[in-house]
Amino acid sequence: MASVRQAVSVNITPTGTPQSINRESTAPLPMRMSVNKVNFFYGAKQTLFDISLGVAANKVTALIGPSGCGKSTLLRTFNRMHETVRHARLEGEILLDGQNILSQDVTLLRRRVGMVFQRPNPFPKSIFDNVAYGLKINGSKLPIADAVEKSLRHAALWDEVKDHLHKSAYELSGGQQQRLCIARGLAVEPEVLLLDEPCSALDPISTAKIEELLVQIKDLCTVAIVTHNMQQAARVSDFTAFLLTGQMIEFSPTPHLFTTPSDPRTEAYITGRFG
Amino acid sequence: MAAMNARLRWRKFVSGFMLTMTGVCALVAVAVLFFILGYLVYHGGTSINWNFFTKLPAPVGETGGGMANAIVGSAKLLLLASIIGVPIGVLGAIYLAEFSTGAIAFVVRYSADLLNGVPSIVIGIFAYTLVVLPFKHFSTLAGGIALGVMMIPITLRSTEDFMRAVPNTLREGAMALGASKWKTIATVIVPAAYRGILTAVLLAFARVAGETAPLLFTAFGNRYWSPGWNQPIESLPHMVYIYAISPYEDWQRQAWAAGLVLLGLILIVNILARTILARGVSVPRS
Repeated sequence: MASVRQAVSVNITPTGTPQSINRESTAPLPMRMSVNKVNFFYGAKQTLFDISLGVAANKVTALIGPSGCGKSTLLRTFNRMHETVRHARLEGEILLDGQNILSQDVTLLRRRVGMVFQRPNPFPKSIFDNVAYGLKINGSKLPIADAVEKSLRHAALWDEVKDHLHKSAYELSGGQQQRLCIARGLAVEPEVLLLDEPCSALDPISTAKIEELLVQIKDLCTVAIVTHNMQQAARVSDFTAFLLTGQMIEFSPTPHLFTTPSDPRTEAYITGRFG
Repeated sequence: MAAMNARLRWRKFVSGFMLTMTGVCALVAVAVLFFILGYLVYHGGTSINWNFFTKLPAPVGETGGGMANAIVGSAKLLLLASIIGVPIGVLGAIYLAEFSTGAIAFVVRYSADLLNGVPSIVIGIFAYTLVVLPFKHFSTLAGGIALGVMMIPITLRSTEDFMRAVPNTLREGAMALGASKWKTIATVIVPAAYRGILTAVLLAFARVAGETAPLLFTAFGNRYWSPGWNQPIESLPHMVYIYAISPYEDWQRQAWAAGLVLLGLILIVNILARTILARGVSVPRS
């Protein structure tokens, strides 16, 4: 409840930098990431226009909008996954804890900013080795078995898999695989976890489980999620950004955006008039 | 009405005729293999015995003797060919599938396909010029290099295909955990594609195991043991060639036997490759 109250008290200025106007606490909400005036191009085609927003630490920030609005593209710039696509070009700056991510070593950045994808993508390895993967490749000194158990517990999967950790990850159901991917991402203790429509390939029960754990893991890390499901954004997020054709139309505390949207296009979208 | 009936009958006849023809052709295609196999067993089966695998060829005029030197020779040549062809083919395929883009990839891929189409005798000349002439004699080395060169494009192109079949989501998954490009390939992509890679290697191996032409003036042939890597060496396909065209009945029988052993080896490798592949690609397609 406290977090919601705090969230409601935050206003978003037109540049997208949330500022507290709460009279009781004048301190601004700490930002984990800030996106400043980002433009994005695939070859000659511009897909993001002058986007600025902040991702508040230990909160869930949702990006919503119709298909092709650029929400996934924006999310993928947060850990520079956009660089895997040829002819992709980014202008502007993205800060992680005040440091520009574009000038950092990309593997170290991705170790700090993890990602879960649209379709579950476990590696062709055992359940244990999937979760341990990130620790092993990063040469972690932590006791791996403990870290694996902890991550699986955080992803609400431990009780279902603890007796067959060495079975192939492909023997799990789709929903379990996606939670395994979340555990795999959490195992390296990232500061930010990005989720790109993590439930779009899952049934409602698996979706509910993942939504539940998203709300819990924000104590561990900052969460940014892309979703085409507005109810999902309303249920899990503290802040919501609405994108349309590459432009950010509105960025507000979630209850605010869904109850009293300030832009008519946002209202049209959330009431189902398009998209 | 009568005209309609005639046309219908004609159509039915054509349909039935073509169905029969295609079936017969399919049968012929399969039958050739079994015919060859049967023929080899019929003519060569009696010559396959313990001596065949353990003895050196008998001198002209004497019956008996075996092909132990040719069997060991083929094994040495193929070992050398694999040492050359497999690493270059597999690593080159990794480059093509994972790193290259645009013009370079096109050139490499196209060259590999052309190399695959180069007549094996021409590859023999290449190895002859490259190894035999400078060393001034035929050798296992020259034969192994000729076969190894032939293995490269076959391994390369099929390994590349299997690597490309690994879903991109796995690459992204590994990279999102902070894995470098090479780490992603070594710890996720290659393990996911290893069955396919193994199959590609085995098929390339089986393909060159029966090659004769590139060995004619590289490995040359040798009726005795060939120690080391620097002397002429016998091989099974070359032995088939020499013995089959000889005027001696005993040699001709042994040529059939050698052909049978060679075919058996290739069939086993092929079946092995297909069994490995049939157990499934390690990654389910999504």
